[in-house]
Amino acid sequence: MDTFLQQLVNGLTAGSVYAVVALGYTMVYGIIQLINFAHGEVVMIGAMVAFTIINLLAPAGMPPLAVVLLGTAAAIPVCMLVGYSMERLAYRPLRRAPRLAPLITAIGVSIILQHLAMLVWSRNILAFPQIIKIRSFEFLGATISNVQIFIIAACLAMMGGLALLVYRTRLGTAMRATAQNPQVAGLMGIDVNRVIAATFIIGAALGAVAGVLYGTYYGIAQYTMGSILGLKAFSAAVLGGIGNIPGAMLGGVLLGLVEALGAGYIGDLTDLCQYRWLAGSIEACRDDGNFVLFGSNYQDVFAFLVLILVLVFRPQGLLGERVGDRA
Amino acid sequence: MKGTPARVWLGIGLVALALLALPFAFAYVGTAWVRIANFAILYVLLALGLNIVVGFAGLLDLGYIAFYAVGAYVYALLASPHFNLHLPFWIILPIGAAVAALFGVLLGAPTLKLRGDYLAIVTLGFGEIIRIFLNNLSRPVNITNGPQGIARIDPFSAVGINFGATDSFLGLTFSGPIKYYYLLLAATIAVIVVNIRLQNSRIGRAWEAIREDEVAARSMGINTTSLKLLAFAMGASFGGLAGGMFSAIQGFISPESFVLVESIMVVAMVVLGGMGNIRGVILGALLLSFVPEILRWTVAPLQEALFGRQLIEPEVIRMLIFGLALVLVMLFRPAGLLPSAVRKRELTGQPA
Repeated sequence: MDTFLQQLVNGLTAGSVYAVVALGYTMVYGIIQLINFAHGEVVMIGAMVAFTIINLLAPAGMPPLAVVLLGTAAAIPVCMLVGYSMERLAYRPLRRAPRLAPLITAIGVSIILQHLAMLVWSRNILAFPQIIKIRSFEFLGATISNVQIFIIAACLAMMGGLALLVYRTRLGTAMRATAQNPQVAGLMGIDVNRVIAATFIIGAALGAVAGVLYGTYYGIAQYTMGSILGLKAFSAAVLGGIGNIPGAMLGGVLLGLVEALGAGYIGDLTDLCQYRWLAGSIEACRDDGNFVLFGSNYQDVFAFLVLILVLVFRPQGLLGERVGDRA
Repeated sequence: MKGTPARVWLGIGLVALALLALPFAFAYVGTAWVRIANFAILYVLLALGLNIVVGFAGLLDLGYIAFYAVGAYVYALLASPHFNLHLPFWIILPIGAAVAALFGVLLGAPTLKLRGDYLAIVTLGFGEIIRIFLNNLSRPVNITNGPQGIARIDPFSAVGINFGATDSFLGLTFSGPIKYYYLLLAATIAVIVVNIRLQNSRIGRAWEAIREDEVAARSMGINTTSLKLLAFAMGASFGGLAGGMFSAIQGFISPESFVLVESIMVVAMVVLGGMGNIRGVILGALLLSFVPEILRWTVAPLQEALFGRQLIEPEVIRMLIFGLALVLVMLFRPAGLLPSAVRKRELTGQPA
């Protein structure tokens, strides 16, 4: 039971970050039906910029929260600029092209961003300086740290803010109108290009913050961190129903939980020694040994398995409309 | 081929002669270049295999390198001290191709219904899953030897010719890489012939129909399910074949060789050259494998001379070129450098 609660807490933390990144995918997909392959790299750039600033400011003796906030404040405009430029240069000219064309440019953009980041920051891992005093709280047998609480709270705040923006402001209304039908939205006086650019910029800003949180949680940032994080977040978006904003939030949290619980239990479940009819024939099981088929090092497989299973059995995701096979 | 003018045959003869003489010219510059040429040909093989899936059938596969990995590991496991098995290559290569084809069907079957961009992401995930398994299948039973990879893989050897050793014949020195060059060349020509025959066959035309409009194709009586699976299986088997050769040439493999970037590189080759056009794909593969090498030999000394040190690693320049190639080709020449007639029509909206 302790493992269960602990993995629940860990999964919730990672999952809320996935959810925020997934929002970036889902908003762009909802509005122009493009899988913005390079979104993960935007998140990575956010983390790298913030870590650079944080490492610069850390020795100055400022309060840790101020340092992290300043780092994030530097990361957000950089990511917004990256998000806007890629939409303007790589996607907008292809808006009427066949579907695969913008996907291929997106892959290109992602390679370019990743290697530009490598040029700027080298292959080295940036470490988060030891400025935050980690305090842990016992909660029903599980431990939750102040960093985890902060991450979950920040992600909830961002999701709430985005929901307000999308459902309560003029820009949000324009975004939803464009998502439903760009032509008609244009006829109603909405500047569709501006709305699409705004979507990319908002997604990038969310991504920047998510990058900082993710980096802070694991204590490191590196130029390669974007691709796997991006894929997981994309899986989360698909799980919730791509194009659907509450879906991305739900999908992110669920994926985090699946991953954490999966990693926590797969070792025990696939330990063949606990199955009595098998244990007798396995040499390693004598003297209470174990014979674990799949350990927690398979953690990264879960996101992809979820993605494949969802696309096969419920392409519309948990909350979305059916899009996976729409031609 | 009746009625082919003599000058066409002359042209073919000259090209053949040049291809036969090429490794010796390379060997004169340095053995490294023969190896580079071999890897370029391997990429041609891979790109031709992927072209079946992406170019002919229109299914964007971002996990293609997984099949290459499967072929490579099948060869490595059956011909190395790891399991102490040393089967001859002409038995293993077909096994590797068959296992890869099986994996192709395994990937294809659940994803048949998916539309292009979703398929791309799922195949990407599939490629990553294969890599994660290769990395971790060293416990509890050591199958793949994990991240350390498998070393001392047997070179090809048949009818008294050992591809790992140097021989002299008719006064010419045939080093290992040169022998592999000829073998690869022969394999590539065979694959090209298969590709051309496929393209103009009933199957090839059916794939084209599926690519253009799946619903229409189905209503014309094309069995889209089995044909899409066939595309996956055939593409995968070529990948597996290339993987087996890679294993033998390299003598060592590890999961490091089969990362996502490699898949994207092969896609870049197909896209740059022109999806669906065999000549274009060959051109794309040769360009993207030779240009970076040339850069490596020119940019590095140039930087040394100008700045006294390496400012930008050649590897980074290579990757930036891949990325830029993908973006620029899609923006300015969406059908590739040598577009196939159909693609050109479809992407520009003009009659070809």
